[in-house]
Amino acid sequence: MQDRPTLTPTQINEELLWPVFSFRRRHAIAFIPPMILLMGGVAAVTILVYQGLWVTGLARPAFWGFFIVNFVFWIGVSHAGTMISAILRLTQAEWKRPITRAAEVMTIFSLITSLLHPVIHAGRPWRIIYWLLPYDFSRGIWPDIRSPLVWDPIAITTYLTGSVLFVFTALIPDFALIRDQSTGLRKKIYGQLALGWRGTPRQWKLQGIFGLLMSALILPVFVSVHSIVSWDFAVSVVPAWHVTVYAPYFVIGAVHSGVSMVLTLMALMRWIFKLENYIWEDHFDAVGRLLIVIATLWLFFFFLDFAFSFYTREEQELAVMERRLFEWPFNAITVIMVFTSYIIPIPLWLSRRVRRNIPLMFWTSILVNIGMWLERYFLIIPAIERKQELTFLWSNYVPSLIESLVVLASFGMVGFLLLLFAKFVPLVPAWEAKEGVVFREDVQFGQVVLPGIIKETEEENVW
Amino acid sequence: MADNKDLMGVFADTDTAAEGARQLKSAGFTSDDYDVLTGNPYPEGAFGEHVKKNRLFVFALSGSFIGFAIAFLFTAATQTAFPIVTGGKPILAIPAMIIIMYEMTLLFAMIFTVVGVIFESRLPRPGGEGPVYDTRITLGYIGLIVTTTEDRLEKAEEALKAAGAEDIVRESS
Repeated sequence: MQDRPTLTPTQINEELLWPVFSFRRRHAIAFIPPMILLMGGVAAVTILVYQGLWVTGLARPAFWGFFIVNFVFWIGVSHAGTMISAILRLTQAEWKRPITRAAEVMTIFSLITSLLHPVIHAGRPWRIIYWLLPYDFSRGIWPDIRSPLVWDPIAITTYLTGSVLFVFTALIPDFALIRDQSTGLRKKIYGQLALGWRGTPRQWKLQGIFGLLMSALILPVFVSVHSIVSWDFAVSVVPAWHVTVYAPYFVIGAVHSGVSMVLTLMALMRWIFKLENYIWEDHFDAVGRLLIVIATLWLFFFFLDFAFSFYTREEQELAVMERRLFEWPFNAITVIMVFTSYIIPIPLWLSRRVRRNIPLMFWTSILVNIGMWLERYFLIIPAIERKQELTFLWSNYVPSLIESLVVLASFGMVGFLLLLFAKFVPLVPAWEAKEGVVFREDVQFGQVVLPGIIKETEEENVW
Repeated sequence: MADNKDLMGVFADTDTAAEGARQLKSAGFTSDDYDVLTGNPYPEGAFGEHVKKNRLFVFALSGSFIGFAIAFLFTAATQTAFPIVTGGKPILAIPAMIIIMYEMTLLFAMIFTVVGVIFESRLPRPGGEGPVYDTRITLGYIGLIVTTTEDRLEKAEEALKAAGAEDIVRESS
């Protein structure tokens, strides 16, 4: 058991709010890599908009290349953020405190980043507006609700709205904290955002209920969103996409990549913002254990996808599976994917010593995300190239430099937005950190003292 | 009650604040006469306060019904407005409608829950933090606010001071 420091409210305020009140070198340096990636992406998108979609080399039938692979990847990453936070809130896990907000914010920024991809993919992004507004109501033509391309934006908008509301409402007490610690214009702005929060028992109680209720509401949305994203593929008649297992397979893949991304984020937050007093080795240990279960479930669905295809014995299905397993470059991608997503990290995570080694956990989480990105490529590209018998049109998809730059920029964008967010609001909820200290009670067992947690009393009012 | 005034005792720690609440009760005040301000949640009843019941679930439930109804009307009306028979299937595609109704039900339930939390928390307060407030609350101090008539304010102040209040903040007249 790791020694847990006893922190005072003033110390918590100082340690969590320094990025808001000052701009230290470590925070500034952290901005550099994401900004470089982001600038590359801006340049690529500028060329694409100016020249047109032909610069990507996308052609029938493989129009869904890196852009859609990356779109699905970021939607997946966005899942674990709110999922892990909602599950930890619902189970009232004590170790949730330093993780929830960063995970929820990662959800929002990943969703925003993923939503940019279909817009960029349109080639002429401003034309998206014709699809959205003004809708042609005069002729009574409405979106076809039978299309998964209508379900998809509705589900993602629901998830994004829910996540933003979730984060904003949980932020109100911290807005009040910053309001009370600042002066001038900052005080005015945070005063408005805090909505006049005072910290009465009623307000705190409602915050607690809100966390539980919102978690219960957002969990079904989280499951539905990636299921619906999978139906973008599964409801089509493209061989190897048209499988019933796609919804749970996508959801578990999303959880695997998302929870690994939370792990990456925890390590980065600890290093950049010096959060050693809040994000402990115990947290990495707990997330590592969770990932062992998730990764194994993912592997089960990975094999199930093959089983479903083999069971049909349809030539077209088998042709795609054959390409995935035996044809270059997909055979290499499959091997790298399975090794980085499962075979390398899982034996390592089985060791407690590795789970408590933060640099190792950081690098293994990166490995998983490389693997899970490749998994999306593995699922989408071999099928859409349509290299089967009796096909009318087929192609060889080769990613272009423009697409690659946009993919790299998406990582830069999420990183940049998270660092920018940390400049205005603490990534670890200060009020939750203080609550953890209040509820903590060291308990003596024989010759050892263990940290315990006070829960609610039996009686409604002890007075 | 228009002639009621607020008075707050600022306490440095939990024990003295709890003592302040005891002193107030000894002085004849009830748990409805005072409120507590803290920088983080404490176990309910830690300061003998009485938290009235909330109706947050009503908001969530109403939101879900409204969302479901809007989605049902929207999906049904749009399909009947431009009725094209595809593949000999019925005009109203129930499985597809369910997906949208599911999302909208949850979306409105979430929106109404947030509205409910803000409303039930008595927010937003146009006047800011209220007539009596101390920024030290978010530094770990605890505030006991007594709301009473002007003639009883003296008594409340004495009780709070006797318990060890570091400061007394009065509502400006």
